Amino acid sequence: MFEVIEIEMIVPNLHLLTVRAPDIAEQIKPGQFVIVRSDEESERIPLSVADWDRKEGTITIIFMEVGVSTQKMASLKQGEYIPTVVGPLGKPSEIEKFGTVVCIGGCYGIGSIFPTIKAFHEKGNNVISIMEARSLNLLYWKDKIKPFCSSLFTITRDGSDGDIGHIKHIVEILHKNGIKPDRIIANGCTFMIYKASKDLSIFNVPIIVSLNPIMIDGTGMCGVCRVTVDGKMRFACVDGPDFDGRLVDWEELLTRRKQYVDEEAFLVHNSGCGGI
Amino acid sequence: MNQKKKLDLNRREMPKQPPHIRRRNFKEVAMGYTVELAVGEAERCLQCKKPLCVQGCPVEINIPGFIKCIANKDFAEAIRIIKKTNCLPAVCGRVCPQEEQCEISCILIKKGAPIAIGRLERFAAEWEASQEHIEIPKIPPPTGKKVAVVGSGPAGITVAGNLAMLGHDVTMYEALHEAGGVLTYGIPEFRLPKKIVRREIDYIKKMGVKLITNFVVGKTKTVDQLINNYDALFIATGAGLPWFMNIPGENLNGVYSANEYLTRMNLMKGFNFPKSSTPIKKHNRVAVVGGGNVAMDCARTAARLGAEEVYIIYRRSKKELPARLEEVENAEEEGVIFKLLTLPIRLIGDENGWLKEIECLRMKLGEPDQSGRRRPIKIEGSEFIMPMDACIIAIGNSPNPIIPNTTADLEVGKWRNIIADEKTGKTSKDKVWAGGDIVTGAATVILAMGAGRIAALSINEYLSGEK
Ligand SMILES: Cc1cc2nc3c(=O)[nH]c(=O)nc-3n(C[C@H](O)[C@H](O)[C@H](O)COP(=O)(O)OP(=O)(O)OC[C@H]3O[C@@H](n4cnc5c(N)ncnc54)[C@H](O)[C@@H]3O)c2cc1C
Ligand SMILES: Cc1cc2nc3c(=O)[nH]c(=O)nc-3n(C[C@H](O)[C@H](O)[C@H](O)COP(=O)(O)OP(=O)(O)OC[C@H]3O[C@@H](n4cnc5c(N)ncnc54)[C@H](O)[C@@H]3O)c2cc1C
Ligand code: SF4
Ligand code: SF4
Ligand code: FES
Repeated sequence: MFEVIEIEMIVPNLHLLTVRAPDIAEQIKPGQFVIVRSDEESERIPLSVADWDRKEGTITIIFMEVGVSTQKMASLKQGEYIPTVVGPLGKPSEIEKFGTVVCIGGCYGIGSIFPTIKAFHEKGNNVISIMEARSLNLLYWKDKIKPFCSSLFTITRDGSDGDIGHIKHIVEILHKNGIKPDRIIANGCTFMIYKASKDLSIFNVPIIVSLNPIMIDGTGMCGVCRVTVDGKMRFACVDGPDFDGRLVDWEELLTRRKQYVDEEAFLVHNSGCGGI
Repeated sequence: MNQKKKLDLNRREMPKQPPHIRRRNFKEVAMGYTVELAVGEAERCLQCKKPLCVQGCPVEINIPGFIKCIANKDFAEAIRIIKKTNCLPAVCGRVCPQEEQCEISCILIKKGAPIAIGRLERFAAEWEASQEHIEIPKIPPPTGKKVAVVGSGPAGITVAGNLAMLGHDVTMYEALHEAGGVLTYGIPEFRLPKKIVRREIDYIKKMGVKLITNFVVGKTKTVDQLINNYDALFIATGAGLPWFMNIPGENLNGVYSANEYLTRMNLMKGFNFPKSSTPIKKHNRVAVVGGGNVAMDCARTAARLGAEEVYIIYRRSKKELPARLEEVENAEEEGVIFKLLTLPIRLIGDENGWLKEIECLRMKLGEPDQSGRRRPIKIEGSEFIMPMDACIIAIGNSPNPIIPNTTADLEVGKWRNIIADEKTGKTSKDKVWAGGDIVTGAATVILAMGAGRIAALSINEYLSGEK
């Protein structure tokens, strides 16, 4: 059993969950995820790890309330115990000295990209971070991320913070500031990372995205997380979740994620990213 | 041989739920012997001086010994005898391919009525479970040696149980949230009720085995990290990685691997949706590709979920079906339609990305191949289309690569299976043994247990030999 150390709604619909999981905290690397079950009847849901404290033996997740399982998670209380937190799963992100690295986070991805930003900074890269949200009140962790970047831009759709606009404005921001990326990383909802992969391909550099297909075991056993990358079948839980977004078959991924839409009663949410 | 006794060739059938009823429920199909049936069947055994049946059993149960006890109604002694070499009788009595092992070796096969050894074994185990007090073997004082077992399927359970019985301190690690391996996530309730698997896990826990679930060895900690805290380590991670056919359309919605379909159903209790929150789809026309036990389990699960038409698509003929005969018959009785000598070549989707049709080719049988089975050959121009809502691919699994990929000095074969000595289970790596499907590729419960038994002996020898 895993103890809930902290649970808090940090912005509307996005929750921060810290649990004690010393083995995972000791091993985890940027880009990896865990699978969580919040009670015995719950689904196994994959969630990226947004932060950790090896000394305390804790890991932190930022999750969006979308369906039954995340709703149950949101109603957890500090001091409660949950039956499953397993990981770290997936391959760690490739952290090298690439030069100028542009890191884009939206929605829960602002949290999940934080360890990657930190690691790129520590490797001596010039890290440019871009955070995307519908509105100022949905942005978080700006102060936490800032120290690791040479510049941090925000884009909100209503202009309440930073530039007005959507993902496609990233190209403008980069041009305007004379930034030539050597590598681009994007974390967030499927639609956002898909748009980023399309719009930013003009830079001709790898666009590493963290894919989020439906998963069950997370160890390569069930095959539900299969995606087509560069024409080949890959299992996101063991071969990924990071892939070069320019090579991903997005239409297939978007379709596959809708398999259980009829069964899952979607929660109406106002985070505005168009659904994860 | 006792020649005076009159030969009784009336092999006692086991009562089953009638097909039209069981087709729509998840309860166990075969209901087990009554005392009367069991004793009657046991009395048929000739108590051979050189029992051939024992040679057919991979764990060499003293078959005449336990059958004699059943005939004498000493059920407690019967189960004691079985448990000397088989720690999972309730499981083996149900899922062992007896017709190819102990029963095919029984002398009475010549008369067409071998003793129903599996059913009797199951009976003895059920009798034990119905008792209030389950006997736990006396455990010798702790040896002070620590053993890690990775994977909690039949191979892992066997090693853990056998070593705990000898006084070693055993910890079993499991990646999923429930122990049991394929017995828990793969084989359906109607063939192997999950409470039986849970009972067996409880039993080895009572013997002192510690179980740690939600722990992926190779990820949560590597073998190289774990080994520092243990005197020996046994790897039994099974054959987990599903194969696909490599044909167009396999990623359409409505196309599943057998592992996904069965895991949703069994481990995640999809039949209980929405109380259990993992959904499983109800499809009307379902095709299962493959001809083994796994394929039969998928087809029969689909029928129970309410499918109107369920097909098994298999590229050879009925004779070559690798599934147990009993399971093929059960599937037929439940209305599963066998499309034999048929090969899927393309899965076709609708405009929303859901499976709509399967394009197939007809096959004919040619000369036998290396496996001795006649090779299927395509009949050119024989393409035809089957309208279908779902397709479950049950054509096999390869070993899970997580441990081979994260462990130094561990020799692996061409299919990334771990190489282990057949007689001891020892791998190329110091202090590490392996057995079960991770070594052999997908096989059977009893072979995994046999490998576990051999490895436990070898590990014990090694631990006793150490200062
Ligand atoms: C590697 C990985 C990392 C992820 N990291 C995060 C994260 O850090 N924060 C976060 O908020 N979300 C993350 N997700 C997505 C998260 O897993 C889903 O939001 C969650 O499973 C939805 O569960 P639910 O029961 O609340 O919603 P449901 O009611 O089950 O479903 C709502 C919709 O979400 C999608 N979905 C359902 N089940 C899954 C599943 N098991 N995996 C993916 N999508 C699913 C489907 O489109 C579904 O129709 C990640 C997914 C993956 C694969
Ligand atoms: C649907 C189905 C039906 C079958 N029917 C029959 C039948 O009727 N009769 C028969 O004899 N055989 C049958 N089999 C085959 C039989 O179940 C297997 O041969 C047997 O279970 C193999 O046992 P094992 O202990 O090697 O591995 P498994 O049972 O596969 O167990 C391996 C365990 O290890 C865990 N694991 C994997 N990787 C890790 C890791 N890195 N860290 C921690 N844990 C890990 C897995 O989660 C799993 O629980 C069937 C198989 C299936 C799938
Ligand atoms: S374990 Fe299997 S092979 Fe051995 S006697 Fe029992 S049913 Fe037969
Ligand atoms: S089961 Fe068959 S082979 Fe074995 S002792 Fe009885 S009659 Fe002989
Ligand atoms: S989640 Fe099951 S194989 Fe990836």
